[in-house]
Amino acid sequence: MDNFQLLPLLIAVPLGAAFIIPLAGRLRDEAAEAIALLVGVALVVFAAATIAAPASVYRMGKWPPPFGIVIVGDALSSLMLLLIAVLSLCVIIYALGYMKRFTARPKFYTLLMLMITGMNGVVLTGDIFNLYVFLEIAAISSYALVAFGTEDQELEAAFKYLVLSGVASSFILLGIALLYSKTGTLNMAHLAKLISGAPADRVVQFVMALFIAGFGLKAAMVPFHAWLPDAHPSAPAPISAMLSGLLIKALGVYAIIRIFNGIFTVSGTLSTILITMGLLSMVVGVLLAVGQWDFKRLLAYHSISQMGYVVLGIGLGTPLGLAGAIFHMVNHGVFKSLLFLCSGSVERSTGTRNLKELGGLWHRMPVTSTTCSIASLSISGVPPFNGFWSKLLIIVAAVQAASTLGNVAYVIAGITIFVSFMTLVSFVKVQKYVIFGKLPEKLAAVKEAPVRMCVSLVVLAALCVGLGVFSQVALRKLVVPARDAALDKTAYIERVLPESESQTVMLGKQ
Amino acid sequence: MVLYVLTMAIFLAGLYATMAKKNIMKIVIGMLIMDYAVNLMLVLIGYRRDGLPPIMTSPDEPASAFVDPLPQALIVTSIVIGLAMTALMAALCVRLYQRYGTFDTLHMRKLKG
Repeated sequence: MDNFQLLPLLIAVPLGAAFIIPLAGRLRDEAAEAIALLVGVALVVFAAATIAAPASVYRMGKWPPPFGIVIVGDALSSLMLLLIAVLSLCVIIYALGYMKRFTARPKFYTLLMLMITGMNGVVLTGDIFNLYVFLEIAAISSYALVAFGTEDQELEAAFKYLVLSGVASSFILLGIALLYSKTGTLNMAHLAKLISGAPADRVVQFVMALFIAGFGLKAAMVPFHAWLPDAHPSAPAPISAMLSGLLIKALGVYAIIRIFNGIFTVSGTLSTILITMGLLSMVVGVLLAVGQWDFKRLLAYHSISQMGYVVLGIGLGTPLGLAGAIFHMVNHGVFKSLLFLCSGSVERSTGTRNLKELGGLWHRMPVTSTTCSIASLSISGVPPFNGFWSKLLIIVAAVQAASTLGNVAYVIAGITIFVSFMTLVSFVKVQKYVIFGKLPEKLAAVKEAPVRMCVSLVVLAALCVGLGVFSQVALRKLVVPARDAALDKTAYIERVLPESESQTVMLGKQ
Repeated sequence: MVLYVLTMAIFLAGLYATMAKKNIMKIVIGMLIMDYAVNLMLVLIGYRRDGLPPIMTSPDEPASAFVDPLPQALIVTSIVIGLAMTALMAALCVRLYQRYGTFDTLHMRKLKG
């Protein structure tokens, strides 16, 4: 298939499925599930195809940029698309088993499809207002999914999440409006061209501040993190996995990489702010996590902490740091989804998420226990699992930054290692209270989760091991091209706005 | 310039209501005010004094005679998104009221954090 038609399909197919699923669901719930599964498989195939030939630009309605909306595929987008597609497929397979006890299952898959549409759109679009629209599609469907169980806690968490995330959206839209008034364009490549030429002025600085607050809220960085530990544990387990594994990355971190590297430049004050936010998130997140006794809440705090690593890597502003950040983003997506799915299996079988009431599940639930151990080792950064390599890259990048930052760089590296150690402590606790120890009498009859749920657990655990053992291959084939695509501003501009057509580009406000 | 400052003041008023109020209906109203302030800002960006509606009737009219039509298209999109948000927020408020019998956030404390 021609690659030109492939990129819009990644947005159109889940969007179309979101409209067909409720209709199919009127006939039978199974029809809705079958369509969702089919779309999940199709998205993995499409995303794998874009990895093979990443660089392409699709002009919606044949309007030449910067007038029309463009869909831009590059190595970074392709990597994110593949991550979204693979994790979504695992989550859909898991949900086939897990969501059995919920009513209105077709509505669940509809919202899930809309969320995938929004995330694919954010990753692919080359137009900053279009990015906002897709961001809202993903965010609004995620509010509804957090409230899906409609119990007291879930409604409360959804409202809190909606208010804080809505404020972030307003900030982002205000930033986009000011950027438009400054440059007179919404096309991201054209914005990059106009802004990188001009000296940084007050408007651009204000826009950057709005974007840091807005996308920082979406990515749950520490001064803005309050919604995450409520929203992520309250959702059904497959949605927790989607929110922690994908949504904070696609809406928050990917947008930060794309906008701050693509349009602005990460250096000076911006770099300091990102490093500070990253370090704060790492330390505060992990310290709050250690004291938690609710399984999913503990995992949610670790999401804050691990996203801190990613933002720190971006903030260092070095190529190695960015490579580490992108690799850690992918790895965190895999092992955090796996952990949330494991917690879902445990909760479904035992009926509790309280660590104190669990124990000895090793004997009763071998698949869940094994995969949960693999994910715990990965997130703690134990070699040879995937988390080790990406954390190592970020630590090495921090030490190398000593040439520009001076001795502060060693402090940063030290804090990074300390946080990694605290993560290990916290997951040793999870292992001790959930998997090993004595089986409480109440749980003597616990059964392993159904096969469909175990399949996605095993696939994700295999990915954890695979990305660790073959980390060099993954880095060379996926991460480094993505890093280069994110850093190479001129190539991005040239691809979206070819020089030969620049005579037709008569823009600017007046 | 005064208009921009006033719009920013409306935005900040909405932000204050969203962050400081304890009644969830007032929080929703605060978010709507913020939404409208951003839309107003978009109108202002496209506005040009004595500008004509952006419909070209003869080819020799200069483009600078018209107001900028693009922000108006953005506002329509933004209003639709705002509608979806408002509907969802209202639905959540109704469900929360059914559960707790109050709109006061101080009495909604089942979450640990």
